[in-house]
Amino acid sequence: MSAKKNRDDRPAKAQRKPGKVKNATKIARTMLGRVIMGRHADGMRRVAITGMGTVNALGRDVPSTLEAMREGRCGIGPLDFRDVDRLAVRIGGQVRDWDPEVYFNRQQIVLYDKFTQFTLLAAREAVEQSGLVFEGELGLRSGVVLGTAAGGMNTWDENYRTVYEEGKNRVHPFVVPKLMNNAATSHVSLEYGLLGPSFTVATACASSNHAMGMAFNMVRSGAATVMLAGGSEAMLCFGGVKAWEGLRVMSKDACRPFSATRNGMVQGEGAGVFVFEDWEHAAARGADILAEVVGFSMSADAQDIVMPSAIGAQRTITGAMLDAHMRPEEFGYINAHGTGTAANDKTECAAVAHAFGHHADRLMISSTKSMHGHLIGGTGAVELLACIMALRDGVIAPTIGYEEPDPECALDVVPNEAREAKVGAVLSNAFAFGGLNAVLALRKA
Amino acid sequence: MTEVRDRIIQIIAEQAMLDPSELKLDMSPQDIGIDSLGLVESIFAIEEEFDISVPFNANEPEKSDFDVSSLGAIIGAVEKLVAEKV
Repeated sequence: MSAKKNRDDRPAKAQRKPGKVKNATKIARTMLGRVIMGRHADGMRRVAITGMGTVNALGRDVPSTLEAMREGRCGIGPLDFRDVDRLAVRIGGQVRDWDPEVYFNRQQIVLYDKFTQFTLLAAREAVEQSGLVFEGELGLRSGVVLGTAAGGMNTWDENYRTVYEEGKNRVHPFVVPKLMNNAATSHVSLEYGLLGPSFTVATACASSNHAMGMAFNMVRSGAATVMLAGGSEAMLCFGGVKAWEGLRVMSKDACRPFSATRNGMVQGEGAGVFVFEDWEHAAARGADILAEVVGFSMSADAQDIVMPSAIGAQRTITGAMLDAHMRPEEFGYINAHGTGTAANDKTECAAVAHAFGHHADRLMISSTKSMHGHLIGGTGAVELLACIMALRDGVIAPTIGYEEPDPECALDVVPNEAREAKVGAVLSNAFAFGGLNAVLALRKA
Repeated sequence: MTEVRDRIIQIIAEQAMLDPSELKLDMSPQDIGIDSLGLVESIFAIEEEFDISVPFNANEPEKSDFDVSSLGAIIGAVEKLVAEKV
């Protein structure tokens, strides 16, 4: 206790040498930006990522996913599920040959929708990597916050068939606990004995960025020591894709973000889960810190239910950098929302250009949705893997399927091939239908 | 085919919350006050009305075979699809 207290109470350098400080504003800036061991000078905790896990169309774990991103491999292909021939859109980033019996027993499968199955597998990998065991006090101080847009969509779809199409009047008793949006969060909490704050966030395509932002703020403020955070989506079923088809924004052939030839988004499925841990806690136990979460911002466009706003996106990007107390020049890479629709990509590029000014021409921005598809409520979580790869391995995941420059997307979009580059800080963008924006900032550990 | 024309004008007018008499064939959806979401909804209503499938992608409206540049163009395109159906 005493050692920790002394460290926190130690006056900041700026205070000890007042002669070197020109004015009060400078003191404030220095204080806010200063990091003393595991704490910021304002008493807020630093947040470490100490585990990561995933299941998606590129792989069933992090190493295989990152390898695919490095190679610019495409996980999008023909969809394979019941009644796919009645769809106009027949491609997606599907997790192929998924057999839950490989990972779960019968009693678990009757309770786990596919989005929960994906989540639990990703959580397993993340927790194993972190080396954490949630016993005693740590269990009480740890929670789960996950994003999903549609929750147990497959369960809805299958059971609507049962009652409407087949005309049956009885459904399985576990339909409700299986389809509820918080099912994945609750099963992660059950699996690891996480007794702290736990909830699910639903903000369409920004869900998992909002969830990770919440987790970041909870660890930073001291409300929790560890938060498992991320998101999951499993909407690739007849009803799920049929609903999206109606909006006429889906591509029938490929996801080509930022390319002049882009013609829409392609859906994916899967999950990403991360261990967000109090930096001091992680350092004290000698954990391998994969990256530091340094900033988060969220906002609403209040403009249109589907069309994105460049001003809203720009405010959020700038907000994340301010929250991190970092300058635009310190960022080297952005994992874009980059859906491959006409509207998103040009709006996002305009927002980045405004938020970064002249530095926009010197940073890299790529959309990995071109490889794993758009995981909707789980997309930010899978995309955070590309951010960590950039910081940790110095490899920038490419935007594949890029064919032709679009003057309205005139940024370095890392076309088609991964690039080696050293970056110290990155952003991850998510701009949802409904005009809800969420941007995370990460720094090299 | 005048019947097809009148039914389309009715659908578009309803979407724009205008009286059918206010619409002119050379007006674009924008002139009529229909945004991209309104256009997608109008096309859905047309598909339902005539039991046809309209090839329209909101990402590249100018590239699809279905011309949506003006009310007259939309009517022409629907008439073609209705004729092909028979």
